[in-house]
Amino acid sequence: MSDQVETQKHPRPLSPHIQIYRWTLTMVLSILHRATGVALYAGTALLAGWLLAAASGEEAYAVVQSISTAWYGRLVLFGYSWALFHHMFGGLRHFIWDTGRGFDLRHVEIIARVTAFVPPVLTIVVWVLAYSYLGAF
Amino acid sequence: MVEIALPANSKINKGISHAPKGEIAKARTLKIYRWNPDDAENPRIDTYTIDEDDCGPMVLDALLKVKNEIDSTLTFRRSCREGICGSCAMNIDGQNTLACTKGMDEVKGDITIYPLPHMPVIKDLVPDLTTLYAQYESIEPWLKTDTPKPQAEWKQSREDREKLDGLYECILCACCSTSCPSYWWNSDKYLGPAVLLQAYRWLADSRDEATGDRLDDLEDPFRVYRCHTIMNCAKACPKGLSPAKAISEIKKLMVAREV
Repeated sequence: MSDQVETQKHPRPLSPHIQIYRWTLTMVLSILHRATGVALYAGTALLAGWLLAAASGEEAYAVVQSISTAWYGRLVLFGYSWALFHHMFGGLRHFIWDTGRGFDLRHVEIIARVTAFVPPVLTIVVWVLAYSYLGAF
Repeated sequence: MVEIALPANSKINKGISHAPKGEIAKARTLKIYRWNPDDAENPRIDTYTIDEDDCGPMVLDALLKVKNEIDSTLTFRRSCREGICGSCAMNIDGQNTLACTKGMDEVKGDITIYPLPHMPVIKDLVPDLTTLYAQYESIEPWLKTDTPKPQAEWKQSREDREKLDGLYECILCACCSTSCPSYWWNSDKYLGPAVLLQAYRWLADSRDEATGDRLDDLEDPFRVYRCHTIMNCAKACPKGLSPAKAISEIKKLMVAREV
């Protein structure tokens, strides 16, 4: 076998993988769980920055507030809150699997749909509540 | 390592379109990955049109028809044609499965056929499974015992025998392992779903007495724990098994012996 490889004229190509594999919701959720996990690191840095600003005085706090209340700041915070919900639901999904349950494909699909669609709803609910608290409605 | 792009020698070119021969009642187009080790060309996608009314119902029937009637150079593995040998595992319509049990009616539109993903290609649809077989050997897939051999067979209760259901049916076709992104990126260190299901098959066997040693061998950041429950394995398995579940059971055994 090894002789065959060495004397081979042309190195073997690698068959295509992610380029050709049909995407499924479970695959998307897996990569989103990773991505939101990374995003939460950045989000925690934002939170730490906000607390640091609050601790270091009125001037610094005003600067951070002006950014976080601007539309782009709000957009980032909106994304952060969704990432938080999404990652939490992803974590719960893995928690269920860690007990050895929920592996039959019917439950896999149900759990996947919950993980995909409940976090955006909760994110919007939280923002509606927050804005109504601020008196926007 | 995660490498999304294909190496330069693996990029896929446009291939040959074989004109349909004779009268075709119900045309079906197949787009098939081709690579010939005898020339310096890159892989390509060749297009063939067959008459579905003059062909068996399975994708394997279509492949055989192409080979017999249109292009005898098309190379693929096949043997039993009834889903028990695992030879004709390949990527059909974006998912790994057996060509012999995949009906053409399950695929909408053109049927795209690639070899099992992220594997070295020997020729056309034939991948090199050497690494997978070496990994299978590494889990020592045979009964290991310390107690003296019984006079007759090693006995097992019905309940203990049932623990092997969902495991013993595995035909080692490699559909699951080659569907797994973790295996794509770490096939040198991660054992992959097929081999881990087999590993659990021996852990779950009431007659086997090497459970501790087997778990020691698996206890490693890569061998088991690269599984992130992406679920491609269970979705791909043409036998309806769940390697993901088996891997979860291995993880549970590892935790259970620590507490």
